[in-house]
This record gives sequence, C-alpha cells and structure tokens, in this order.
Amino acid sequence: MNQETVEYSPKDFKSDQEVRWCPGCGDHAVLSAVTRALAELKIPKEQFAFISGIGCSSRFPYYLDTFGFHSIHGRASAIASGVKVANPDLSVWQITGDGDSMAIGGNHFIHAIRRNIDINIILFNNEIYGLTKGQYSPTSQKGAVTKTSPFGTVEEPFNPGELVIGAKGKFFARTIDTNVKLSTEIYKMAALHEGTSVVETLQNCVIFNDGVHKLLSDRETRDDYTIVLRQGEPMIFGKDNDKGLVLDGLKLKVVKLGNGISEKDILVHDAQENNPGVHLMLANMKNPGFPVALGVIRSVAAPTYDMALNGQITKVKKETKIKNVDDLIRTGSTWESQ
Amino acid sequence: MSKSERVIEREEVVIRFSGDSGDGMQLTGTLFSNTSALFGNDLSTFPDYPAEIRAPQGTVGGVSGFQVHVGHSEINTPGDYADILVAMNPAAVKANSKFVRKGGTIIIDEDNFTEKNIKKAGYESDPVKEDKLDDFNIISAPISTLVKETLKDHGLDPKTVMRTKNMFALGMVYWLFGRDLEYTDDYFKGKFSKRPKIIEANSAVLHAGFNYAETIDAMSPVYKVSPASIEKGLYRTIDGNTATSWGLLAAAEKSGLDLFIGSYPITPASGILESLAARKNLGVKSFQAEDEIAGICTAIGASFAGDLAVTTTSGPGLALKSEAAGLAVMTELPLVIVNVQRGGPSTGLPTKTEQSDLLQALYGRNGESPMVVIAASTPSDCFDYAFQAARIALEHMVPVILLTDGFLANGSEPWKIPSVKDLPAIKAPLVKEGEDEFIPYERDEKTLARKWAVPGVKGREHRIGGLEKTVKGTVSYIPENHENMVNMRAEKVARVVSKVPDQKIYGDEEGDLLLIGWGGTYGHLLTAVRELRDKGKKVSLAHFNYINPLPANTGKILSSFKKIVVAELNAGQFVKYLRMEFEDFKFYQINKIQGLPFTCADIEDECIKILEE
Repeated sequence: MNQETVEYSPKDFKSDQEVRWCPGCGDHAVLSAVTRALAELKIPKEQFAFISGIGCSSRFPYYLDTFGFHSIHGRASAIASGVKVANPDLSVWQITGDGDSMAIGGNHFIHAIRRNIDINIILFNNEIYGLTKGQYSPTSQKGAVTKTSPFGTVEEPFNPGELVIGAKGKFFARTIDTNVKLSTEIYKMAALHEGTSVVETLQNCVIFNDGVHKLLSDRETRDDYTIVLRQGEPMIFGKDNDKGLVLDGLKLKVVKLGNGISEKDILVHDAQENNPGVHLMLANMKNPGFPVALGVIRSVAAPTYDMALNGQITKVKKETKIKNVDDLIRTGSTWESQ
Repeated sequence: MSKSERVIEREEVVIRFSGDSGDGMQLTGTLFSNTSALFGNDLSTFPDYPAEIRAPQGTVGGVSGFQVHVGHSEINTPGDYADILVAMNPAAVKANSKFVRKGGTIIIDEDNFTEKNIKKAGYESDPVKEDKLDDFNIISAPISTLVKETLKDHGLDPKTVMRTKNMFALGMVYWLFGRDLEYTDDYFKGKFSKRPKIIEANSAVLHAGFNYAETIDAMSPVYKVSPASIEKGLYRTIDGNTATSWGLLAAAEKSGLDLFIGSYPITPASGILESLAARKNLGVKSFQAEDEIAGICTAIGASFAGDLAVTTTSGPGLALKSEAAGLAVMTELPLVIVNVQRGGPSTGLPTKTEQSDLLQALYGRNGESPMVVIAASTPSDCFDYAFQAARIALEHMVPVILLTDGFLANGSEPWKIPSVKDLPAIKAPLVKEGEDEFIPYERDEKTLARKWAVPGVKGREHRIGGLEKTVKGTVSYIPENHENMVNMRAEKVARVVSKVPDQKIYGDEEGDLLLIGWGGTYGHLLTAVRELRDKGKKVSLAHFNYINPLPANTGKILSSFKKIVVAELNAGQFVKYLRMEFEDFKFYQINKIQGLPFTCADIEDECIKILEE
C-alpha cells in the first residue's frame, strides 16, 4: 500500500453524478458512511478501485469519485480479484447485494474468501431483489411472501456470516445502514484488515421490503435486539446494559446481570481467535431469543493470495536463469540448420 | 539380403505409434519426433488420444495414438496414412489398421495377442485375416517376453518392468531408421535423475529393442530419410499450446506490461495455462479460477488494472464466457480470449479437433457485439497469431478471440526461433497522470480506440461498466447515443483491418478453382493444392488467418476464380459467413465432422469432382 497520506473530506469522494436510489433507501446512508471511511483512511484517492455487480447497490461506484467498474451480475468478486492481483498496491472494494453475491455470484464470492484476496466486500442485505422489483432472495426468511413466492418461500435462507466463515473467511463484520457512525468505523477496519473483509450491511428497501430490519434499527427496540461486539470487551447489551452472553456448555446463552451474575461472568469478545466456533455462533444469533450481532465478529490475520502470488513471482524471478523471452525460447533441445 | 541392400531412400515417412492409453505412446511418439528433429528432418505430429485417462485396458476406446510424419522435404501435415504402425495390442490394430498405407509395415507385440485380448478388441479370431492385412509386412515380436528377459536382473517389480515396453518398440523403430539413441538416453537421465534404476531399465530396454531389430534382420524395408534442407537458423520443435503461450509472453515483453492469465482447466486448452503458470520467472500472474466465468472476469479486472490480460478455454468454456466477453466489448478493454476448439456441441469430443466454434466466436454474445476474430494455422504460427491478437487488443482497446484447435494445440513441428527484437513494437494507449478532465470514451481519430487510464494514475478517476454510456462515461438511455455508440464500437472493430495484411494466395492469382480454408487445416489444404497443381490443375489456395475483419482484398480474390470451394472441419460455418459478406459469389463446400483432420487425398478428390462438374 502506498505510504503517502493525504487529507480529504468525505465530499472529496462524491462524484458529480445524480444519486438515483429511491428517497429513504438505506443505500444513501451507506454511501455517506463509505465516503467518511475513505476520507479517514488518508490514502491517495487514485488508489481506490470500486467494483460492483448488478443490483440497486451496485450503482454505488457511479456516485464515488474514485476508479469504478460497474460490471455484470454476480461477477464483481472475480473482477475485483483480478484488479487486486494485477496491482496489489490498490485499495480494492466490492459493492454487492444479497442477490448478486449469495445467488448468481455465490461461487466467486466463496472462492475470493477462500483465497483470502485483499479486497473489502460490502454486502448490502435487504433480503429482497429490489432492481428487478420484489422477488425473494437467498437471504429472504423462510416463508417470505414476495412476487415470486406468493404463498411464501419454501427454502432456507443463507446467513452470510455463516457462509463467510464456512468459506474459511478471516474477516466478517455486520453493521446496519441506520448507524452511520458504526458503519464508518467498521468499513475503515475492513479496509485496514489484510485479506478478504466481508461487511454485511443490513439495509432497508423502502419499496419492496420496508421495515425488514425494523427491530434492529428503531430507537425503542434496537438496544434489546442487537449487540455491538467490541474487541476485548464483555458481550453486554440491552437498553439498560443488563443482559449478556455466556457460554453454556457448547452453546451461547443470554443471561441477565445481577442475582449473582456479574460482568466478569460474561463472555469477552475475541475477534482475533483463529478457531471460528464462537464467531460462527455469534454470526448466527437471531431474534427472537438472541440479539443480532453487529461489529467485527471475526478478524484473523493470515497471508493474502495477492501477496503470496507476488512473493512467489519475486522469488522465482531472482532464482531463474531465464530473464526474458529470448532466453526462454532457446531453452531445451534446439539445433542449428546450416 | 543385408540391411544396406534393403535401404529405401524416402522423401518422407509416416509412423503411427499406438497402444493402450497407459502404454506411453504419446511419449514414444514425442521422443521419436524430437530425435528426428535433431537429426534435421522436417516433421509434423498428430497425437490422437481418448478423453478417458485410462479407458478399460485392451478396448478400442482406450487406444491412444501418435502419428508423426518426417521428411527430407517440407512437411505440412502429419500424413494421411502411416507407412509403419506400431500396435502394442489387438485393439490398436483394430483402431488403426485403416490408417496404414497398403503394404505398410505393422509391428506388433505378439505377447499381447492372446485370445482374450483379441476378443476384447472385437475380433473373432485373427486380426490379420479379419482386417485383410495379408499384404502388409507384419513384424511380430514377443516384446513383453523380451522386456521381462532384459530386466530380469534389475530388481524391479513386474508393473514397472512392463511400463518400459514402449521403449523396446521405440528401439526397434530407431533401428529401422538408423537413428541415434543418444537423445532418448539423455531424456531418461533428465526425467528420472533421482531414480537411477529407472534410467538404467529404460535405457536397457531401448537398446534391447534396437539390437533385437538388428539381430532378427527380418524387417524390411529400412528407411533412410535424410535431413531436410530448411532455411538456415536455430530451430526447435514446438506444439501449438506452447507457441500460443510464448507469443503472449513476447507481446507482454514488447508492450512493457505484465501478463495476467485467468483460466479454468479444460481440454485441450489446459496446456496454455500450465505453460504460463510455469513462467513466474517472467512475471506471469497466473490465476486458476473457480470456473470459466471467473477466468474471463479476473482477466477483465486485470485489464482494467493495466495488465495484458488473457483467458484461455475451449468451446463449452467460450459459451460460459460470452456474457463477460460482452462486458469487455462494452467497456472497451483490451483482452485476449484463446479458444482451442474441439468437437462439439456440449461436451462433444473433448480430445478431438474441429472448427465448429467459428460462429460462436463471431456472434455468440447478446446485443450488437462485434469482436476481432483471428485464427492460427500451424502449431508454430500460434506464436505469431497469439502475439498479433495481443497487439491488436492493446493498440485498438478491444477484446480479441484467437481460435486454435486440438490439432494445432497438441501437434508439433520444427520452428525457426525468432528474435524478440524483430517483432513489431506494441504501444498501448495508456494515460499519464494529469489535471485535465479524463473522458473515458473519447476516441483516437484513426483507430477509434479509447484511452486506457488505470487505477493508481493520479487525476484519472473515472467509471466504466456494462450499461450504455455517453462519451463522458455517464449512464445514458438516450436513443441516439446508444445507436451512435453501437456504430462506433462496430466501426472500431472494422478499422482493425489496418493491421490485417492482404490475403496471400498460394498458386496463381487466377484460375479454375480457389480452395479456401482457415485455421488449423492449412497443412492439409496446402499439400492437396500442391498435388493438384502438380497434376496440372489450375487450383490455388487462400488460407485465412483474419476472420473479422477479413483482409481488404478478399472480394478481389474471390472474383479471380471460376469456382470457389470452402473446406472446413464443421458443417459450413466460414462458408456461411462468406456468403453473408459476399452475396454475389457461389461457394462450394467440403466439410468433415469426424473429430479428425482432413486427409489430403479427400480434398484432392473433392476438388477434382467440383472441377469436373
């Protein structure tokens, strides 16, 4: 990564294009959080490349004044992988939705994660297909009534965090569109993490799935229905900070503080633990019964594909006798014709 | 009669090695070819093998063959018919006796001609009688027994011992040609450097085969094929996939860019990915993708980021890549797509050659999506056309499809090694940093190529994508803008004609019949036309490498002949294209769809028929 630091304000990252998302769409807040995070990273602007697939969220690159590539449905992980391998100095971001990355692009998504290519993936999850106007997605809850499931879906949804960890993911975080401050902080951490970072961003589609994350975003309910995980801190949540998570055998359990249970009994969050067991349970927590986990759930250091590949190239180049094509095509059996 | 009295001096000889797919026939053929090349023969090879790695032993389906044509004069094809067939079992006779010239020599391992194996191959009793091979010179040798005998004191297990029997057969063939064993012995030393016992065993068996042939001295005829008088210079043998890889590497060096290859293994194209993956010493970034689509998409990403980007595939893989190929057309990024054609449709005949992806290459995308399509025509000129594909892609900011095929990919021939300094320079329209506004789809007046501003270059931030855009890169649904951009992209491809040399003609510039071909059939068509001309026929050959755009003089050539015949290994794809582009001409056609190359004899016969019509 380029060492030069530059001072920017979020508006330096806004392009001259008119933003065309629906009024009230969660995407506006995500855009705002991303431009703040980019400004805070102090990386020269030309080092950013934003790659997207297809869907409402994939219009994102047009609204950023960085290098941008609005590609085809599901393929952004593959294109972003190519960009990063070609030029590891770049800060490469992928903007995708639950249809783009969990359905048509599922294969590229899991393999980018498995390889641990240093890209930052912002996964907008509104549990619906917005751009095609209201069909269910691979993250729609079972039974969801949509245009293509008028009697309710009969299929199980993916939980993106579970999929990421299953694909050997090293960084998974979750945030929600309405909490710009938390999102900004997490996007920045995702950028600083070396390797594939996936940030599931719970996002509201005002037109086709309005209120899907209502309990997690409303002022009255959000503190009881979500927990913001922070490295090294006990997992305490609730409007009155009176609930916590403990390990009960091999399972997580919600307990109420008091009556002999104190802060020191509560599980302390360690995103850097290599064993994904607890991270998986945290990523899978859902209402009712458990708070939905926000924050960086997993962040484990590991070698990245792009650095490993370029390291291999540097090493082999140093050791070889073949320095150019002329050398190469003269190796092996050759003969002189007189 | 002593050996010297039986020596037949020949301009050219065709040998076909055949056996079970585990018998090592590809290696045997390759070693014979390389020895002949070092001796100075011109040659052309044709590996013909099944898709199954190890089909049931002893069955016709599992027979693997390797044909090589060596000559004192110029050799352009692997030959229609073999003068010598090595058949390690009855199934090999069954599969190949029809490819042996009447009266040719067949060397068999008689130990394998057991009742069981004969039945397995589909014969009732005696292959020689059933296939009417009485007129052939059958050399029946107890190869398996002799190999066991040779290695009885080497302390090897029976399986390892039997693995060397191909070298016994090779030794016999070397004696027939009076060839030196040194190259093959050196090969063993290099290949098995850490297993001295294996070196000794293979060498012992090779020499035993050579000596056995000398001892029985019953073999006739003995061939002498003198070195060819080819142009002075440094030579090597090269196959099409290696030549393709090296052409791309040369283009990367000439353009000063890194080479990125994003590919998914597929027969018969995998060799290119393998060859480039081994070239990290030349800075190649090779990316084995999770599927064909990711192969092209990683390449598009690398192109966006400023590398010379390549993806390689074969027919079904090209189908999977088509949406992303359209993205490269739309975003006007340089990209080379190599399609090593094989028999189709669907999985088709993965290891057999065909030319049936031409229309897919030309038209297989949604929307108005013209693409530059070029085709290599010999194993070694894959180097030139891979280089040219990259040069066009980079200088014109377009995706280019390079068509080769299974025949070129696996076939090999001598190649006069070029100097990279003699290749043309490649200058990509890269943009330097600056404060002035960057307009993504602003075009070069001459080529209509847009400029290439890659991430990391200060002040050049911009957005591209699959949606229709204005010149400034803004998404636009304005009807006139779309029409204009469609026309611009088409015109840009049409203007690549400035890099396309005029179509050459072999033979006279006018005459009774013009034979037209394209791609990998060149050697066969050229040989057929030579034979026809030797017989006094007024026949010429126009063999195309540039398919879209076609050479500027194509129409003129067509109008100089009384009859035009298009020969291709498909149901008539190039001829359809020519009919569409040149409505005023009548085109005859010769087609073969058997997964095999043409035979020169077929082409000659067909041309004579059409001439006499």
